[in-house]
Amino acid sequence: MNGLQEITLALRLLWRDARSGEVGLLAAAVVIAVAGLTTVGFFTSRVEQALARQSNQLLGADLTLSSDRPLEAAFEQNARTGGLSVTHALRFPSMTAHGADSALTEIKAVADGYPLRGELKIADRLFGAERAVHDAPAAGTVWVDARLLTRFDLKTGDTLRVGHSELRVAALVTQEPDSMTGFFNSLPRLLMNAADVAATGLVQDGSRVRYILYIAGGPAAVDAYRAWAQRHVAPWQNIEGVRDARPEVRSALERAGYFLGLAALVSVVIAAVAVALAARRFVVRHLDACAVMRCCGARRATVTRLYALHFLLLGVGAGAVGCAIGYLAQNLLAIRLAAAIAVALPPPDGLPALHGVVAGVVLLAGFALPPLMDLGRVPALRVLRRDLGAPRGLGAAGYLFAAAAIGGLVLWQARDLRLGLYMLGGFAAAAALSALLAYGLLALLGRVRIFGAGGVNWRYGIANLRRRRFASAAQVAALGVGIMALLTLTLIRGDLLASWKATLRPDLPNRFVIDIQPGQVQRLAGFFQARGMPQPVMFPMVRGRLVAVNGRAVSPSDYADDRARRLVDREFNLSWADVPPSDNRIVAGRWWETQNARELSVEEGIAGTLGLKLGDALTYDVAGSRFTATITSLRKVDWDSFKVNFFVIAAPALLQGQPVSFITSFYAPPERTAMLNDLVREFPNLVVIDVAQVMAQVQRLMDQAADAVQFMFLFTLAAGLAVLHTAIAGTRDEREYEAAVMRVLGARRGQVLSVQFAEFALIGALAGLLAAAAASVLGHLLADRVLHVPYLGTPWIWPLAVAGGGLGIAASGLLGLRRLFAAPPLQTLRRTSG
Amino acid sequence: MRAIALAKQIRSGDARLDILSDVSFDVARSEAVAIVGASGSGKSTLLGLLAGLDTPSAGRVLLDGVDLFALDEDGRAALRARLVGFVFQSFQLLPSLTALENAMLPLELAGIAEARRQAQQMLERVGLAERCNHYPNQLSGGEQQRVAIARAFVGTPGLLLADEPTGNLDAASGAQVIELMFELNREFGTTLLLVTHDEALAQRCVRRLRLVAGWLQPGDA
Repeated sequence: MNGLQEITLALRLLWRDARSGEVGLLAAAVVIAVAGLTTVGFFTSRVEQALARQSNQLLGADLTLSSDRPLEAAFEQNARTGGLSVTHALRFPSMTAHGADSALTEIKAVADGYPLRGELKIADRLFGAERAVHDAPAAGTVWVDARLLTRFDLKTGDTLRVGHSELRVAALVTQEPDSMTGFFNSLPRLLMNAADVAATGLVQDGSRVRYILYIAGGPAAVDAYRAWAQRHVAPWQNIEGVRDARPEVRSALERAGYFLGLAALVSVVIAAVAVALAARRFVVRHLDACAVMRCCGARRATVTRLYALHFLLLGVGAGAVGCAIGYLAQNLLAIRLAAAIAVALPPPDGLPALHGVVAGVVLLAGFALPPLMDLGRVPALRVLRRDLGAPRGLGAAGYLFAAAAIGGLVLWQARDLRLGLYMLGGFAAAAALSALLAYGLLALLGRVRIFGAGGVNWRYGIANLRRRRFASAAQVAALGVGIMALLTLTLIRGDLLASWKATLRPDLPNRFVIDIQPGQVQRLAGFFQARGMPQPVMFPMVRGRLVAVNGRAVSPSDYADDRARRLVDREFNLSWADVPPSDNRIVAGRWWETQNARELSVEEGIAGTLGLKLGDALTYDVAGSRFTATITSLRKVDWDSFKVNFFVIAAPALLQGQPVSFITSFYAPPERTAMLNDLVREFPNLVVIDVAQVMAQVQRLMDQAADAVQFMFLFTLAAGLAVLHTAIAGTRDEREYEAAVMRVLGARRGQVLSVQFAEFALIGALAGLLAAAAASVLGHLLADRVLHVPYLGTPWIWPLAVAGGGLGIAASGLLGLRRLFAAPPLQTLRRTSG
Repeated sequence: MRAIALAKQIRSGDARLDILSDVSFDVARSEAVAIVGASGSGKSTLLGLLAGLDTPSAGRVLLDGVDLFALDEDGRAALRARLVGFVFQSFQLLPSLTALENAMLPLELAGIAEARRQAQQMLERVGLAERCNHYPNQLSGGEQQRVAIARAFVGTPGLLLADEPTGNLDAASGAQVIELMFELNREFGTTLLLVTHDEALAQRCVRRLRLVAGWLQPGDA
């Protein structure tokens, strides 16, 4: 038989099998796995492309230098002497006002020449015609984004109060390089001319201002400048090229991608169980055909090759269908996450499709090849003696092969060795535990004896489950994981949020005020007094960078932990105090006794993150001058209190004479919004942050992300059902035989069905029980470790999961057996017992 | 029991295959009748039709005066539960149930409360008191067939249908099973209708019906 003949025969066999429904379940399992993977693959590909496209013009320059303090003149001079174009900008949050209304706004004040790269697009009104411009707004005018425009209901020509200045709205910005927004919604934005900043009075000592220097030019000159600048920047100054743009957005989206990928991988692993079951059944059903082929002179290698080809074709075909479903599903995912990702996503590229097909083939190969090898070994004598050549089970090599296939898939999809290994370990542990539990539950069920006519169906159901104990345990575990995921993401999620919200007192501070200048503290106190409101406590705040621990210089690269890196990279907000804050608790060491102590108190969580302990000497750089002090206490802070809290508090003398601003929080009842407008009018430089709004936004983001993950778990449930149906298909002959025997003995249709119903209902109920237990444990862990709220759990997830699982799976299982009565009992007995 | 002009054909494409043609006979209460014939003569098909396990192409079967094929599938099942016991060549025990549970099955399906006690007594009667909690795969062929006989007689059916009951057994076990069947036939006054190609077994019956290529041959009784 030549190659072409083999392919033709393989195709014909596949076609016959497909028509007889033989390969349907095998294909369905592969389709589900591939669809899950490609949904995530297509989606992340779109996001990555969007990021890549944006980063080209993201910076508005080839290189930027930024700092929390004014940049030294040398940086600009050196760039100009190197023949580079230069411009600069200031970026800061501030309140802006229109009439009686005010809003916290992200302001960027740009000098002439901005942007050096990319372009700005502006329009005269919302949804008006866009035009590209290459200049900053003229002095005396501002451009606003759509959010600020709608927030204040502005038209071009209106005036806007920015600090002490009234500036005219000249245009609506529709596209802006170097934008803080892009992927995540944040503050409304305003673009103004740098020449107007001084008059607003908004930039003062200790204000939160980012100073940015934009540089552009020929690649060689830019590279040379970058190399020079790298040697001269201080730790608090950042150099950013196009490549480094938006690391925080990138890492946030990558993380989201991991979670979605994890959800998809759960489906793949469960689908693998279905593939394994289906492949085994396939092999058993093809033993006779193989024996006949061997009898007709086919060599062992030919038979193996023929079926390997058969499976390859199947893998590619099912993979292609899975890709098509994945392509459709990722659109739904994109729509679900659309509000969180405020950017148009380009269409996906084709690579995830290729990955999907490869994954489908690998999955089939890993789980079907070992039993396939058995097909080649079927002796021709089987045509005479049917007991010969039955597959001997996977064997050690087979299991190793399957484990390698699934391990390879997980590691490949996780794209990160450590994460991949964690996932694999987690999967293995979860699978082993749930299979063990399922097995134990089945054993326990066997001891339950219900006698009498009413119990007969259940007893036979249990007897069947126990006989197919391994397959039953696999089904219970696979379905349990699917149900657990759905329970956690629906019931438990809502419940946890409710518990968390219940712990929030209604009079919790809902506004933070920052950038209070020392000279404004008294006046601000008077402002609150005049309105009969409680005096807010004002905390001093000094910004300093951690430069050394115990005399050793620290840099972000010293830490493996992302959060630790960020903390070291940024400036800390330091405060001072005579006595510990009332809602803090000293958990180690003791508070200082004199104001002059050279001592620090550190929040215990951050001490853990940075690896700090009592007695460590920390050196901080505050506006160029350094001080060193020793940690003498660790504090526990209740972050949920929404009060002002600091990671690091110093003894008062340490921070005297440093540039300081004050911060406070207070509760503004909804009916007193007028007071907020007064506050902004009287103190234009203050930044008032609406915590409730921020919380609502964070929660919306969380909801959308959880929604997306939940959507992915539908694939998991589908994979669980595929396992169920494959297992049913694998035992269909037995079930038809048993049904026939029972009917011979006079059982009515309903009686036969109720035995099957009992069996499936038990599988579903056990899976639901397992899922409810796992989801409850997960809920308690989340409540205790993450949200720090007391969690009582939802008692009704138990009955709901058990009843829902039982009925759902029973209905689905009976659907798989609708042909149970298709043939008269005698025919069935002859067919199945021959 | 009465069979009237029973016929069974199957179609395969354009071809028509006659398995049974115009078979009519009566069996009196408590009578033992053997249906004999070569392989493929239609014996087992006839037995299936008599029990309502398959539907004929033409003809009727009256069981205790009831027209079997005037009933629907569930009606026939209910009639079987009340009147008919079965013994098969390949035993047809349910592998997930113990010997006792297999024997209990017809009683439980009929909703009889004392299923366990009656089944236990019947297993004692067939000499398997010690094997109640064994599964079919733990029993020898002869023992399995005795469980099947216990299951067939436990509901004290009026009619026992046996399809080559010794076909899968060695001579000694076969003889034991036959003895048991005839003993019980006498004990319970059950009508016995058995399909066999074992002439010795057939000779023990009061009457023999011979099938040749689907036609009932006259005058052998």
